[in-house]
Amino acid sequence: MKLLRKLPPEARLLLPAFVVILLVVAVPLLFSLYTSFTSYRLVRPETIWNVVWFKNYLKLFGNSDFWWAFGRTVLFLTVVLNLEMLFGLALALLVNQVTRGQRMLRTIMMFPMMFSPVLVGFQFKFMFNDNIGIVNHILQNWFGVTEAIPWLVESHLAFFSLACAEIWNSTAVFAILLLAGLMAMPQDPLEAARVDGCTPLQAFRHVTLPFLMPFVYIAMTIRSLDVGRAFDIVKIMTNGGPAGRTELIWTLSARAGYEDARMGYANAMSYVAVLLSIAFTVHFFRKLNASRQFLNEVDA
Amino acid sequence: MTQSALIIDRNPALARTLETSPPGGALPELSGLDDEPVKEPWLPAALLMRWGVRACVFIAMCLIMLPGLWVMLNAFRTNVAILARDSIFAATSYTLDNFRDVFGMGDTAGIPVKAYFVNSLVISVTSTVIAIAIGLAGGYAFARYKFRFKKTLFVGLMLSRAVPGIALSLPVFIIWSWLGLIDTKVGTIIVYVAMNVPFSVWLIDGFFRQIPKELAEAAEIDGCTRWQAFWQVEFPMAKSGIASAAIFAFLTAWNEFALASQLTRSTDTKTLPVGLMDFTAQFTINWAGMCALAVIIIIPALILTFIVQKHLIAGLTFGGVKG
Repeated sequence: MKLLRKLPPEARLLLPAFVVILLVVAVPLLFSLYTSFTSYRLVRPETIWNVVWFKNYLKLFGNSDFWWAFGRTVLFLTVVLNLEMLFGLALALLVNQVTRGQRMLRTIMMFPMMFSPVLVGFQFKFMFNDNIGIVNHILQNWFGVTEAIPWLVESHLAFFSLACAEIWNSTAVFAILLLAGLMAMPQDPLEAARVDGCTPLQAFRHVTLPFLMPFVYIAMTIRSLDVGRAFDIVKIMTNGGPAGRTELIWTLSARAGYEDARMGYANAMSYVAVLLSIAFTVHFFRKLNASRQFLNEVDA
Repeated sequence: MTQSALIIDRNPALARTLETSPPGGALPELSGLDDEPVKEPWLPAALLMRWGVRACVFIAMCLIMLPGLWVMLNAFRTNVAILARDSIFAATSYTLDNFRDVFGMGDTAGIPVKAYFVNSLVISVTSTVIAIAIGLAGGYAFARYKFRFKKTLFVGLMLSRAVPGIALSLPVFIIWSWLGLIDTKVGTIIVYVAMNVPFSVWLIDGFFRQIPKELAEAAEIDGCTRWQAFWQVEFPMAKSGIASAAIFAFLTAWNEFALASQLTRSTDTKTLPVGLMDFTAQFTINWAGMCALAVIIIIPALILTFIVQKHLIAGLTFGGVKG
């Protein structure tokens, strides 16, 4: 208690936050780092002392299933994040054009963000169901498709369905932040560009877009904080199937950990996932800081 | 509030800052556009453009609403009707049975949704309250104090949030089982607090930074302690921001699945998203029951969002942009 009083006030204020993070995130991550160097299996607790050094990692890097899952995860994230950005931008520009009833449109726009990813997974599993789903229903009734399309069974289609679910769930983050950016934007430069004879496309490219970039990076940073949520959707919709063809790094490590109880191996794999997420976040945080500096200079 | 009003009276420059930048509702023109009718030239091209935009907006909104509506409609239909692919426009296939079943009033004993609902509520509310208290302290420290390694600490805090839930769940699962925290509400609450602290700190830090430092300083000169100045001047002004941080935290906890599915096992602890899995048997899925539960999960979330949407947007953007 005495020690606590000696601390400066800011340290006392920050202490609870860092204690909690230390307890729930840092310590478990250190522990999982240690177990990733052991042959730990849940069913045989004594194996936790059996240090095998890099054997888990070597096994992992020699496993083609892992590399497929890793590649698929990177591809999935790249495709999904970029499309979300594009759709979000389009949606923001559209809604920004509307003058009446915009508040209602904004509320509707936020709607999907509030859905739990598990729920989104079930929803889209239901909609893409080859037998009773609405997607096939519409295709068969209105577009004359005769056979039932196996959306969640064929590997490319399954990938497409997963991406649809993820994009539906998270485009709102981009749309909302970009719309806020558009609304905070000063009109004078746009006006000036028009007077100088810019086409709308040029004005967008050289005036609107540079102004929006910090907002894009905020959205990307916020989004990258929880890309791991996609696990819920994949777990529900395909659970890595059919035959491992939509397996992402998260589902693969969950399976190794909880179903096969090979905790050491699973932790080695989830460490790769952690580093991947952190790389994404750090990348966008850097960009955000750079564009912040740019904005502050403009302000000053 | 009278105290701060006094301060403003005495300081015209401050009063002006306050007028131009309302605290909390940081986006000045966010709602002003709704009512102004805009006169546009009667050119065919402009008219075409306007209707084009309207059509696009309509299609986009339909795409956004469709999945939600589809689930809501099916929540009121019987499993038989769903499986037989009856038309969704046939009024006869609608029923309230799913909700009766889900709440244990129907014929099937089914799934203890009421217990799950209570668990979800207890876990989400408790973890939100704790996370906001911690986030308030942390956000205030980041907004108001200068100290060494500030940026590093901030980034470190954010990165702790970037760890995917499933990657975290493996070690937490083992450690919690040693500590006897598996299948307890407390164990889940602790994890959710840690999940929500970083983002709360970010949002709250952004809101405090919009409030001029001089206000609290003036209050201190007038004889308040720093503690009083905080509660009587700064806290009331940041209230809306704190509320939106709280709702964000609540929704994260309410919707979380990856960790909860491992940490909660029994009727006493399972949350609603985990309970959703109860509707899947090995080869069959009870679609109607699941849709009904989905509606129950989503309604509180929708109401909260509706209340807070404006502040949420302001908080997210201004917490981020003005570094």
